Amino acid sequence: MSQNRISSRPLSPHLQVYHPMLSTAMSIFHRITGIALSAGMVLLVWWFSAASTSDDYFIFVNGLFAHWLGRLVLFGFTWALMHHLLGGLRHFIWDTGRGFDLNKVEWLVRANVIGSILLTVLIWIIGYGVRA
Amino acid sequence: MVEFALPQNSKLTPGKIWPIPMAKNLREFKIYRWNPDDGQNPHVDTYTLDMDTCGPMVLDALVKIKNEQDPTLTFRRSCREGICGSCAMNIDGTNTLACLKSCDDVKGAVKIYPLPHMAVVKDLVPDMTHFYAQHRSIEPWLKTTTPTPQAEWKQSESERALLDGLYECILCACCSTSCPSYWWNGDRYLGPAVLLQAYRWLIDSRDEATGDRLDNLEDPFRLYRCHTIMNCAKACPKGLSPAKAIAEIKKMMVERRV
Repeated sequence: MSQNRISSRPLSPHLQVYHPMLSTAMSIFHRITGIALSAGMVLLVWWFSAASTSDDYFIFVNGLFAHWLGRLVLFGFTWALMHHLLGGLRHFIWDTGRGFDLNKVEWLVRANVIGSILLTVLIWIIGYGVRA
Repeated sequence: MVEFALPQNSKLTPGKIWPIPMAKNLREFKIYRWNPDDGQNPHVDTYTLDMDTCGPMVLDALVKIKNEQDPTLTFRRSCREGICGSCAMNIDGTNTLACLKSCDDVKGAVKIYPLPHMAVVKDLVPDMTHFYAQHRSIEPWLKTTTPTPQAEWKQSESERALLDGLYECILCACCSTSCPSYWWNGDRYLGPAVLLQAYRWLIDSRDEATGDRLDNLEDPFRLYRCHTIMNCAKACPKGLSPAKAIAEIKKMMVERRV
């Protein structure tokens, strides 16, 4: 609880009234995708450990991932990874003291969204292409 | 601490709709009201103004309401030209100065709230005590160890130029109260305005306490709760970038170690 809650004074509205902005949302998305990636790593470890357990178990786990629902999860995982990766680069640029003009901020934020979607689709196109 | 919802005593209730004047060019103003003496929750009152007889800025509208409709409406104002920082408030969802915000730049009803996530003293007046105490904590004055010169402390043109984009800050708190990190951790995080002021003294060529100043900021909360969310830079009515100033402080922290 913040500094200002000592008295009976009300707290002024914050999230309730603040104009939503893509830049703000991207900050939150960077965290959400980070958490999602941690959870997704468990799936990856599961897949590896299945491979080292037995043929049957691997076929079972691999089958789950191959199911359309499993692929949807993996597609989401790919997107989270690309989003978080580009977000990391965005923050890296800011950490060097560059890219703080408001038009550059907006450009970086949009490039992050569009780039993550394009890269995700590209990875899956290549993935299916390699298999075929 | 992160708390998305407002506390019970802060939840908004519907307010009064004030009489509509007989005129053609009408504009609605929805304004946050809270009176410490009536024991009620805050509410949003609706005022309607004849814009043909009103000045262009949101502050003009507030003054007109106070003069002609409701003398109890409470807000801070002084210079009416963006240099005192008194009339900082949340207008149309963004923190800005009422005197610099044109009513024409807002679509639909003009919604006016106090600066976000602050204790309300009355109506649009927030309690700034903690904000000023935080500013005091960074010791915003020239600190030197060498003997004071006979004349002034000299500074080259290029050294002086480093203060551009920083000295213009009027401490209106638009940036700090736009920052979600300051909302959740404002008790310990210094917030964009105070950190921009801290940087203003860190890069002043005449100041000789840079090391001490950095030591004071080397803290998980005071400086590093900044996650470059950018709300501050977008809110600043003076067009400054507290986000960049904070990034420069973080760089100084790294540079002094390598």
